[in-house]
Amino acid sequence: MGQPKIDLSPKVSDEVRKTTCYMCACRCGINVHMKEGKVAYIEGNKDHPVNKGVLCAKGSAGIMQVNAPSRLQKPLKRVGERGKGEFEEISWEEAYDLAVEWLEPVHKKNPEKLAFFTGRDQSQSFTSFWAQGFGTPNYAAHGGFCSVNMAAGGIYTMGGAFWEFGQPDWDRTKLFMLFGVAEDHDSNPIKMGLGKLKERGAKVIGVNPIRSGYNAIADEWVGITPGTDGLFILSMVHLLFKAGKLDLNYLAQFTNAPAFIDEKDGPNKGLLLRDKDGKIIVKDRATGKAVAFDKKGVKPDLGATYKGARTVFQQMAEKYMSDEYAPENVAAATGIPAERIRAMAADLARVAFDEAFELDKEWTDFRGEKHTKMVGRPVSFHSMRGVSAHSNGFQTCRALHILQIILGTVEVPGGFRFKPPYPKPITAHPKPHYKVTPGAALDGPHLGYVHGPDDLCLKPDGSAARIDKAYTWENPMSAHGLMHMVISNAHAKDPYDIDVLFMYMANMSWNSSMNTGGVMKMLTDKDENGDYVIPKIIYSDAYSSEMVAFADLILPDTTYLERHDCISLLDRPICEAEGANDSIRWPVIEPDRDVKGFQSALCDLGARLGLKGFVNEDGSQKYKDYADYITNHERRPGVGPLIGFRGEDGKSEGRGAPNPNQLQQYIDNGGFYEIHVPDGADFYKPWNADYQDWAVKIGIYDAPQPYLFELYSEPMRRFQLAAEGHGDRQPPDHLRGRIGETMDPLPIWYAPFEDSRVDIEEFNVHALTQRPMAMYHSWGTQNAWLRQIHGRNPLFVPTKIWEANGFEDGDWASVTSAHGTIIVPVAHMAALNENTVWTWNAIGKRKGAWALKEDAPEATKGFLLNHLIHELLPENGDGMRWANSDPVTGQAAWFDLRVKIAKADAPADAMSHPNIEAQKSPVGVGPQDLEWKVGQ
Amino acid sequence: MTTLPQTTGKKLGLVIDLDTCVGCHACVVSCKGWNTENYGAPLSDQDAYGSDPTGTFLNRVHSFEVQPETGPAQLIHFPKSCLHCEDAPCVTVCPTGASYKRQEDGIVLVNEDACIGCGLCAWACPYGAREMDAAAGVMKKCTLCVDRIYNENLPEDDRVPSCVRTCPAGARHFGDLGDENSDVSKLVAERGGMDLMPEQGTKPVNKYLPPRPKDVEPEFDILAPYLEPVATDQKGFLGWLDKALEKI
Repeated sequence: MGQPKIDLSPKVSDEVRKTTCYMCACRCGINVHMKEGKVAYIEGNKDHPVNKGVLCAKGSAGIMQVNAPSRLQKPLKRVGERGKGEFEEISWEEAYDLAVEWLEPVHKKNPEKLAFFTGRDQSQSFTSFWAQGFGTPNYAAHGGFCSVNMAAGGIYTMGGAFWEFGQPDWDRTKLFMLFGVAEDHDSNPIKMGLGKLKERGAKVIGVNPIRSGYNAIADEWVGITPGTDGLFILSMVHLLFKAGKLDLNYLAQFTNAPAFIDEKDGPNKGLLLRDKDGKIIVKDRATGKAVAFDKKGVKPDLGATYKGARTVFQQMAEKYMSDEYAPENVAAATGIPAERIRAMAADLARVAFDEAFELDKEWTDFRGEKHTKMVGRPVSFHSMRGVSAHSNGFQTCRALHILQIILGTVEVPGGFRFKPPYPKPITAHPKPHYKVTPGAALDGPHLGYVHGPDDLCLKPDGSAARIDKAYTWENPMSAHGLMHMVISNAHAKDPYDIDVLFMYMANMSWNSSMNTGGVMKMLTDKDENGDYVIPKIIYSDAYSSEMVAFADLILPDTTYLERHDCISLLDRPICEAEGANDSIRWPVIEPDRDVKGFQSALCDLGARLGLKGFVNEDGSQKYKDYADYITNHERRPGVGPLIGFRGEDGKSEGRGAPNPNQLQQYIDNGGFYEIHVPDGADFYKPWNADYQDWAVKIGIYDAPQPYLFELYSEPMRRFQLAAEGHGDRQPPDHLRGRIGETMDPLPIWYAPFEDSRVDIEEFNVHALTQRPMAMYHSWGTQNAWLRQIHGRNPLFVPTKIWEANGFEDGDWASVTSAHGTIIVPVAHMAALNENTVWTWNAIGKRKGAWALKEDAPEATKGFLLNHLIHELLPENGDGMRWANSDPVTGQAAWFDLRVKIAKADAPADAMSHPNIEAQKSPVGVGPQDLEWKVGQ
Repeated sequence: MTTLPQTTGKKLGLVIDLDTCVGCHACVVSCKGWNTENYGAPLSDQDAYGSDPTGTFLNRVHSFEVQPETGPAQLIHFPKSCLHCEDAPCVTVCPTGASYKRQEDGIVLVNEDACIGCGLCAWACPYGAREMDAAAGVMKKCTLCVDRIYNENLPEDDRVPSCVRTCPAGARHFGDLGDENSDVSKLVAERGGMDLMPEQGTKPVNKYLPPRPKDVEPEFDILAPYLEPVATDQKGFLGWLDKALEKI
């Protein structure tokens, strides 16, 4: 029998529409293949700067997301009790009327009684603009429970951080060290980068208690004890200082290492000495004179003294050469043998200095010095949530940056590179604003970077101005707010009560809150009059999530292929080290439901409420929808949400008047725009005159902003000074000691707070979660393809604990923290830190959510560790319960969790416990079977 | 019984780098997306939103833990799809001739029009690489994206299997393993590419590149010269600093 003839060149699609993925926060370019007006197939866009054609499992499964049965269909008004999921469908007109009825009196009389928090929002520059117009100080997105330590630690130290702010020089690095990263950001670029390193045979060291994913392919794995990364890093800093393996020239030229620390008692003690213009003073090695740091030709002396003051560098040497950080003295706590710490420090020194190389590129520094070469140091690092989600995370992030900087590896070839609009010094960021005026806009942007106590958001009586207590003495540098504290503070009416809680795509009654059961109770609690303690809740989501059941009014959002968006440099950008990039989403399909992009709904609501920025002078609606805003909004004259195709003729980039055809030109260009960093401006960016001039030209800055890296953090020292009694703004007495200890201006390590609040002999196991590569938070579960990959989440248990408990396959365990107990299925995993258990993040679901059947494994055996984590630490003899957060930034300390484990009888119902009662689904359940083929 | 060709013009197949695969499942889902929409019946899913969702996938990633004699345990991600064997037992066992190996390039395919869904081929395959589609009642398997690799409607650089095009880490390579000068053949030679279960005698075309050794002791002395202290005390350190700064 002959071979059958088959069609080797079938038609692939009728049309390809290029837009931006939103299956996670990576924001890759995608080609959406259309057949008969329907989505037939999704692949990566090869021209796109983020993913260059590749696409992860989530991205390829987008077709199952835009067709998910969990999609909300129409605006909903609650008719049953909160939490039950009982709704009636209403029209958009009715929904807007209700929202205006609730919000208008708040705006006019007391704007702070609205708390508007927007979750995993990719339009924060817009949603914050709306909140500013409303006049409430209570706005933030999800950074406070995600990775603010990483962002703020980097920005306060070197004017940029990992992920959106920078990237390793994947093409030149020879030694790459990865701390605490699972599928944390950013998704595809890290995989692509690791692929490049593997292709070249470069070495990868993975530091993570769990050896999965990226750590599975690491050439060396360091199964560190959770929460001790800072100690490990400072031990390597100790060894490098002792051996003099430091890039002294780099430290002298580009950091505040040669600055002098005032050692005289008084209100300036510990601040840096400055001249009459406020510039940092250094001593010139050539002349021996004290001069401003930026004087042409100056050779700052790291070892000098001035008027009895020593340099930052000398204090660092003294601090880090102390035996406290010797490998032998950190080995027990970190779980890393001293010899291995030495080996890794030696490897860093060897590669940074012995494998240094030069690029023949000329550049001019901010002092006007010309350089003929760029020195490469091929060592790079990346880190995310495993480091930042601890109560010592901010200091640990700073410690990691100190390690990068003493090796001279930041913004040099082979090292770590910033992505525009970074580098950006603290002084170029706004400070937080919180001045409320009834019926008017807030006095400026909510979120920003404080320089000291004067910038805290405190009312005249010293109480918190914000509902989440961001920018208070409890967490002074909380640059992203504290979304995880909003519901508990609003419920406790501390610092005050609110009237409306308005949230967007944040699953706060489930996987995005600590103490999930407690939060559900707070959302449903009633006062003595029978009214809800949190009076009104408006929520917007595209899908039937757990949070939907707790809202009074639902504004149904679109899926990502049905909407306009901009991935803007004003927001969380998608730039690369060698280019400023932005992109759009546009409706490649029209919604088949009565739903609206949330941002367009805010344009309507803003106009109905008459908010500043959303109405014209005659009171008419300013932006008819989000697309109109993207095209026509100008944040500063000539600078809008998008950098490409500006000017009336569409020929300007960076700066230029609004262009009515801008979105179409983006669509024609593949959905994105790139401006390349000029050759020679592509390294040493904070100090490189060509980069600074280019950044001004395209509208990133309005004037050049060169600066020194802050090894020594004066903003932190200013908080310590206040705690020591200096200045008018004084912390409450009970916080003085903690501020003094934790706001050290040079990075330190201290044990995670939970360690001092629970008996660590009893709660002797660390418990963590990781995000699977094929899922994004709770979203993946509604996806028929992805849930076949990650539909179950046992607790993974290391060999030592497995054997000690006599566990066998199919067993159950009770897992108990200081806060509660869960009963869950267990599975053995050998490639683990021996005292650490973990599970996949956000697989467990509430019955009735996400259009799953109630017997779905996610709802029966799936579970959340969140039940074990409280937003407050246990009381510790002082009568107070401190926030379970980093004391510097307020970042949720998810990974401080300690538990104890015991074998448990299999539950009679074979379900994980707690077993929350079902919510009613407003969209029914999904179909039994799928045979997905669009074309015939 | 169906016969195999004596020889094939090319031996098209995949080379999968187990040193680089992070187990992200990108290939699994891209394959599902392309192949549900293209060659033959869609890849169906049963109980898609229920208690035991099971669908047809032509490519799956398995993860295995390895405990070496010394050093910590390792985790290996192992993507697996049809290996397009030269001596493919799934073909010879087929009672209708529906399973066949293409003469020109060696790709093993199922002619769904002739498939009676008896499942013998799945029993014969030692790799478990074939999946019976519960809705269509026909056998599904990796086609090596035969409808992509020659497809004149696709740009030339897209004429590779969808799993290869999408792999973020670049762990998947496609080419002619019958040509010893091809990039994939050279990669196999350089990295010691291996057959999966060679003892089965199926002569798989696909090859796996083994993981490189992990957690090995450094080859240099970790103390000298890299971590030799420059001084014994703070004063000595400042003396060293002064000299070092002079040299800059």
